[in-house]
Amino acid sequence: MKLHEYQAKEIFASYGIPIQKGTVIDRPGQVDEIALTYPVVLKAQVLVGGRGKAGGIKLAATPAEAREKARQILGITIKGETVRRLLVAEAADIGAEYYLAFTVDRAARRLVVIGSAAGGIDIEEVARTTPEKIVKMHIDPFTGFYPYHAREIGRKLGFDGKHLLQFTAIAHSLSRICTEMDAELVEINPLAIASTALLAVDAKLIIDDNATYRHDGLPRNEELTELEVAAKSQDLSYVELDGDVAIIGNGAGLVMSTLDMIAHFGGRPANFLDVGGGATTENMAHAMNIVLRKPGVRSLFINIFGGITRCDDIAHAIASQPPSVPMVVRLTGTNEAEGRRILNDASIHAYLDPEAAAQEAVRLSA
Amino acid sequence: MAILVDERTRVLVQGATGYQGEFHTRRMLEFGTKVVAGMTPGKGGTTVAGVPMFDTVAEAVAQTGATATCIFVPARFAQDAALEAIASRLNPVVIISEHIPVHDSITVVAAARAAGVRVIGPNGPGVTSPGRCKIGIMPNHLFSQGGVGLVSRSGTLTYEIVAGLTQAGLGQSTALGLGGDPVVGLTFQEAVALFNDDPQTEAIVLVGEIGGSAEEEAARFIQASVRKPVVGYIAGRTAPPGKRMGHAGAVISGSEGTAQAKITALEAAGVRMVELPGRVPQALRAALRA
Repeated sequence: MKLHEYQAKEIFASYGIPIQKGTVIDRPGQVDEIALTYPVVLKAQVLVGGRGKAGGIKLAATPAEAREKARQILGITIKGETVRRLLVAEAADIGAEYYLAFTVDRAARRLVVIGSAAGGIDIEEVARTTPEKIVKMHIDPFTGFYPYHAREIGRKLGFDGKHLLQFTAIAHSLSRICTEMDAELVEINPLAIASTALLAVDAKLIIDDNATYRHDGLPRNEELTELEVAAKSQDLSYVELDGDVAIIGNGAGLVMSTLDMIAHFGGRPANFLDVGGGATTENMAHAMNIVLRKPGVRSLFINIFGGITRCDDIAHAIASQPPSVPMVVRLTGTNEAEGRRILNDASIHAYLDPEAAAQEAVRLSA
Repeated sequence: MAILVDERTRVLVQGATGYQGEFHTRRMLEFGTKVVAGMTPGKGGTTVAGVPMFDTVAEAVAQTGATATCIFVPARFAQDAALEAIASRLNPVVIISEHIPVHDSITVVAAARAAGVRVIGPNGPGVTSPGRCKIGIMPNHLFSQGGVGLVSRSGTLTYEIVAGLTQAGLGQSTALGLGGDPVVGLTFQEAVALFNDDPQTEAIVLVGEIGGSAEEEAARFIQASVRKPVVGYIAGRTAPPGKRMGHAGAVISGSEGTAQAKITALEAAGVRMVELPGRVPQALRAALRA
């Protein structure tokens, strides 16, 4: 789960990481109620990246200007996400910009610290064009991250004197946030030298969805569409896409390959939906209901390979709830004969071959 | 031969008294797996499908000579269960449980490495050597014994491809699911290396998906060290960036983890890539003839 910048900064502040003084507003009029020293910076609170380029960050020298800028930003849409809140913060006089993050290195299967003296820009871009400007250090899962690790990284980034000590404290706090909050990513970009002290000018924090159960008081941020929220509440894994062939399958890999099959035969998948292992008749009925609610769906392709999932359970759901659009069913695996009999009784044909079925689903969507 | 598990493997099931644990304990026994013990704290002294239950892994190992384990416990108890199995040097430690926090998996994988033990999973279907041993949840009836080694990040897609292989008369040495999480124990590279050294395995099928770079690392290894034919398939060519496609690990982050990057790397390593999973048997036949 991604946190908004202001949410991440509240956590940063509670760990002693210096941030600019600021407050969150959702109406331009609230500018009058906030006690900040001008100039201020107004920042759209959205979960997508690239908000600066999209006009989501503006400076204001006076309260009147801040109101006007707030009016301009609130309500705009950035990469599909509507701006509902702004972080208004005292503008800092920024010198050199650095990058610092703790994240999961999947290949090394460890946490990794990434630092760079080329901060303020996309770190992937830095890694691609000037990899020598990136400092990486893996964290030993048994002993963890210590201040000496932070000092070593700080020296490599060129810090000395009081800035080195400030960097060490910030890096150590960030490592604690990473482990104590089950972060997939905790990032400061830029970490800037502002007048005298280091400052976290931006903040990014992504919490592992699988670990939210052990963290009380987390905000409930959803980047999800309405249908994705509905699916999640039924424990269905659903991703909305922009095509017109609705898809239901069992198992993430099988469903991904089903989408690929549809595309291979010239169709456009409307969604990804994995009913999961051991899906019941009820799960399947919910799944059909959700994928068919998406506007513009022209055909439905159900691709089931029964393992733990039983074909008869799936067939009961399909037979009892005939869909509103043309449907193609591919059904094979556990209890296949019974499943096919149930569908046959409901005059529904079931394919065995997934490619033939996919072709038919594409044809029906044309 | 086969890899990782065979007729000598003696299996403990952790969480055997739960719904999934009991169901799959029975299926493993039907397959012919030597399930010698189960373990659920507080259930010591009882039996499940005739298999004795223990309160601790240490007791189960001491009394039954279990050599490997299959973990079905809920995610929040899985780290504890896996570390307990690693402490008793069970090998492999097969973790079926889904939704384990990634920080927990990092600790488990590191502990296993330090102990010289292999972890398979989490969030995978396990490992099956037809005619010898199955640990996990793959459907029993799909398999036939033979010379194809299959390694995949997905469960159902593995079943789909194994069924196709069996139907085409291409039996399997071992089929192995690595798990759909961002951090898993056994990697593609390690699995391919094991198949490469296994006399029963004549050809290798690698089934990858979007996310991470494990397929690219395997490609480098294949290019350098593998002379057996390898057929590959990558799921998720149509997946949009930033969206998790069912598996926690199936996500394109920035420019990393695209299907195209994996396909390109594997093709460059001489792997015969197929566009659809149903075309694996045909490609294998061609590769074995070549």
